Amino acid sequence: MLLVRIWRGTTSGRFQVFAVPRRENQTVLDVVTQVQREQDATLSYRFACRVGMCGSCAMVVNGRPRWACRTRVSEAARDDRLQLEPLRNFPVVKDLAVEMTEFFDKWRAAKGFFEPGTAPADDFAVVSPGSSERQAADAGIECIGCGICHSACDVVAWDKDYLGPAALNRAWTLVNDVRDQAGEERLAAVSGASGCVACHTHMSCTKLCPQAIAPTYAIAGLKRAIVSRALRGAT
Amino acid sequence: MSALLFVAQRVSAALLAAAGAVHLVTILYVARSGLTAGDVLGRTHGNAWLFAFYTLFVIAVAIHAPIGLRTVLREWTPWRGIALDVAMVAFAALLLALGLRAVVAVFVA
Repeated sequence: MLLVRIWRGTTSGRFQVFAVPRRENQTVLDVVTQVQREQDATLSYRFACRVGMCGSCAMVVNGRPRWACRTRVSEAARDDRLQLEPLRNFPVVKDLAVEMTEFFDKWRAAKGFFEPGTAPADDFAVVSPGSSERQAADAGIECIGCGICHSACDVVAWDKDYLGPAALNRAWTLVNDVRDQAGEERLAAVSGASGCVACHTHMSCTKLCPQAIAPTYAIAGLKRAIVSRALRGAT
Repeated sequence: MSALLFVAQRVSAALLAAAGAVHLVTILYVARSGLTAGDVLGRTHGNAWLFAFYTLFVIAVAIHAPIGLRTVLREWTPWRGIALDVAMVAFAALLLALGLRAVVAVFVA
């Protein structure tokens, strides 16, 4: 049997303990599904794809933010015990489900969206796969917005306005998108006191990203870009 | 503005790394060579190189410390905005005044 402590409630609440049968190749998502279907139908958690494509099932497993669907109990449990909590640095809706609105508002604040400009190009852009810009964009483009890096970041915990590793990583992919027409506005958006300069380079985001993306390097790239911009005289 | 502060803090940190090392080596040399306070002041008196070095040191401290303190205060307290910036400028001015006072004192002693 597996003893599972699961957070119940919102910001205030308590842990509830469930005993769940161990199964071969069991994932943390299997565990919460067993609890909800067999023991307590009021347990709230979020999932969609079950195979590491959507990022919906991110939660804190034994102290670390992880995807429930891609985390095997055998690798995460300690002495047949699991502790499941909602992602940190997010408002809790209920139990293991968190509110993502603020997270994606920060993507918007970082101008983390493609801007084609007022006069889109007449033809397809030719972007060499070997160009430095393309490689820099490729390094961060597979982010699926699961929020694990945001949950792992100490600076997000300290500064509620900090844009966070996911939004800044997205901004860096767009800075390197040669088709994008909002480079200056984007660099201005990430230049503030709660932008890329607030990063302490703890690298928790880079260590824990399930997609093996390195937001820390993206943020370092943004720092170089805004320094160049500032030295050119832009404010 | 934040980008310029970021540059100022990195550049002043680089200066402080070098100046701090020179300062520590100087302290070790003075402590181990048996020089008295009078001997030290005799050497600092009218020494333009030491005056320039410690003036640069003090300026780097006055730039670096308030920027770092501002970041710490932003992260650990709700203090933000113009009041914080004014307080940090005042802190920089205090560090600069106290530091330059000491530099001038050992130069003219």
